[in-house]
Amino acid sequence: MATDKTSVQKREADTREVAERTRSGKVFIPAVDIFETNEAIFLIADMPGVDEKSININLEKNVLTIEGKVQHYEPEKMELAYAEYNVGDYQRSFNLSDSIDQDKIDATIKDGVLSVKLPKAEPAKPKTISVKTK
Amino acid sequence: MVLNRMFFEEPWHEVERIQNEMNRLFNSRLSRGRLAYPAVNVWNDSEKVIVTTELPGYDPQKIDLSILNDELVIRGKREPEKSGDDIQIHRQERPIGDFERTVALPYRVDSEKVDAHYEKGVLTITLPRAESDKPRKISIKSK
Repeated sequence: MATDKTSVQKREADTREVAERTRSGKVFIPAVDIFETNEAIFLIADMPGVDEKSININLEKNVLTIEGKVQHYEPEKMELAYAEYNVGDYQRSFNLSDSIDQDKIDATIKDGVLSVKLPKAEPAKPKTISVKTK
Repeated sequence: MVLNRMFFEEPWHEVERIQNEMNRLFNSRLSRGRLAYPAVNVWNDSEKVIVTTELPGYDPQKIDLSILNDELVIRGKREPEKSGDDIQIHRQERPIGDFERTVALPYRVDSEKVDAHYEKGVLTITLPRAESDKPRKISIKSK
């Protein structure tokens, strides 16, 4: 069940594809899980250092963009003995299909994990048609 | 001399350069794969050590810290977000399961005074240096 954690490292985002940034620092692609139930699609993203005030979710023309700003932490007057990870902002975009009810998207963030619920629109839900006999 | 350089030294230099580049690429790939989870950043001065690590979505009650001499061991477990039969997984990039990480500290710390806090998925551990380990100034007496 455990995934190979040794291969899990932060991936840096290629920000050249979108508009250029006006904030300095690195940008990372958050690791995500995407799963689907009968009612909705869930998107879970690891964004350590981000809270409800520093997260920004934007939906434009079927493209869902999640952005998180991270405050850089550096203890004063201390020497960085070794650094294995970099701290930076997060950014990632997803294409949504038409089957998502865009008005009912719901997002929560806790302990640096963002959960976005994308409910399926009514017509996309499987319908059973009852057959009557005369 | 000119010929020598062109045909003997230069190609050799080029080979060496390519070899160095290959080694660098290969090593960085390998070392990246070998890095332990979770990645840690360690700061220190003569009084204390601060260790930070990104552990999003962990229950702080289930993160276990232990100190033995000058080593800090961090253990934890993350459960999958949701499981069930009616769930179809499209993507799974986030690590789940157990981890154990040992961090070597620059000196012995006072395990009684260690402070750890978990905020926004980031664990910050402050470890004060053990009194017995602090450098002592020795005054020299003269007769």
